[in-house]
Amino acid sequence: MKILVCISHVPDTTSKINFTNGDSQFDTNGVQFVINPNDEYGLTRAIWFQEQQGATITVINVGNAETEPTLRKALAIGANDAIRVNANPTDSFFVAKQIAEVAKNGSYDIIIAGKESLDYNGGMVPGMIAGILGYNFLNSCTDLLVDGSNVKAIREIDGGRETISTTLPIIIGGQKGLVEEKDLRIPNMRGIMTARTKTLTVVEPIDASINTKAVKFEKPAPKSAVKLVAADNLDELINLLHNEAKVI
Amino acid sequence: MSILIYAESAEGKFRKVAFELASYAKKVAESIGTTVTAITINTEDVSELSKYGVDKVLKITNEKLSSFSAKAYADVIKQAAQKEGTKLVILSSTTDSIYLAPLVAVSLEAGLASNVVELPISTSPFQVKRNAFSNKAFNITEISSEVKIIGLAKNSYGIFENISNLSVEDFNPSIGESDFGIKVEKVEKVSGKVSIADADIVVSGGRGLKGPEHWGMIEELAQVLGAATACSKPVSDLDWRPHSEHVGQTGKPVAANLYIAVGISGAIQHIAGINSSKVKVVINTDPEAPFFKVADYGVVGDAFEVVPQLIEKLKVFKAQH
Repeated sequence: MKILVCISHVPDTTSKINFTNGDSQFDTNGVQFVINPNDEYGLTRAIWFQEQQGATITVINVGNAETEPTLRKALAIGANDAIRVNANPTDSFFVAKQIAEVAKNGSYDIIIAGKESLDYNGGMVPGMIAGILGYNFLNSCTDLLVDGSNVKAIREIDGGRETISTTLPIIIGGQKGLVEEKDLRIPNMRGIMTARTKTLTVVEPIDASINTKAVKFEKPAPKSAVKLVAADNLDELINLLHNEAKVI
Repeated sequence: MSILIYAESAEGKFRKVAFELASYAKKVAESIGTTVTAITINTEDVSELSKYGVDKVLKITNEKLSSFSAKAYADVIKQAAQKEGTKLVILSSTTDSIYLAPLVAVSLEAGLASNVVELPISTSPFQVKRNAFSNKAFNITEISSEVKIIGLAKNSYGIFENISNLSVEDFNPSIGESDFGIKVEKVEKVSGKVSIADADIVVSGGRGLKGPEHWGMIEELAQVLGAATACSKPVSDLDWRPHSEHVGQTGKPVAANLYIAVGISGAIQHIAGINSSKVKVVINTDPEAPFFKVADYGVVGDAFEVVPQLIEKLKVFKAQH
């Protein structure tokens, strides 16, 4: 079983978000980058397949050289090798096209991507890869089991969940539930040492159309101060919610 | 040339997002001098769409589409877009529409912008404002492809009546076996409860509630308000509540009209996930809790005293209104 795990390199969830260059670029100054949390759940699920069913794991990122420490971290967690497509990931279709190209050449059984990255929140790369390759695709996937070429999986839906069956190859948009928070792994020293010698291949991008571009960023307007209501005057809270905010 | 929307329904009836989508699409259509066509799939009565400005319905009735299949539904939307010569497709941000949108984008070679929060800034060039960085910022995205798709963020525009003269056409797109590579075996829905995605009001509990045995009052408060229940990440990590209730940056996003946080301190990741909600109320013993910085209304007090009182007072209020 060959698994390709897509890794986005995103600001740590506690990062302060600022922009530079006339609000046209994310300000990376002082920002700690991590594996996108939705991707990390997927990677950890892939490690489970590696340990239980002998899968091999390739991690892939479309990005510039500064994303390599994030790929090395994925290798330290246990991925077998890594690929970096050497391009600036500005458009989802462009990124999907690069990953699809690698996937085609590597004949992977499972492609795991997070259902969305926590920087641009596009939520479309896994679906686009599936659209390009014509593979079976499950988004918002919270459980994945493989027996031979048969797949059983769970998708989270609004207000519940859905159990599905399908066959390999499959691509999933993963999220929490694939593994739990407590199952996430912090790389140990041995993992970090062996990660240094694992293969990280850099490939050049293929041509792909770019359909969207981020032209500018804005920060939300500062919020007015909270209105405090005394704990013994809850009628006032109800009054404010009804007459001022008009939400009840 | 008409703008195309997919008006979602559940059990044969429109979901509220369908009306928000129609309202939004109509406004865009008016600004560029065109009409709105809606696709409906297995919806019995489509006439309600005329209240929100839809000019034409492509009504699909097909047993094969009785359970959701992203690929089949995407295929249907693509065929409708081609038939109508659509240059702009507008989709909602339900779990299903987020799932199918990129498939439609690839098949129509369309640029897609998701999480769009207001009317287009300009239609030539086509620029939209969208949520990014988990609600910590907005991003203006320009779509340059000939066919464009936008995903409207939930509860970002509102529902506006705009009576139209609706025509209904039965539409029979061709659907093949290859559209059903994913087979739905079982659907489990929590019955009798509002889902976080559909709720106007969400009542959410945090670690301040000290244990799962204290969730009765959260459930009751939600019931009085017709709200969905949710929880913070630590609470779901501790297994006090199911993961499906976890809201925040790595959990479900909440874009409700009213979000009530009980015993939640307001970590940056939690706030990021719920910040699209219009009005936020916090109930917490600690006046220094970061949630007070982002809330509209706050009560400094012990949840175990405040919440039961609030329930009683809301019951009285509800009886009168």
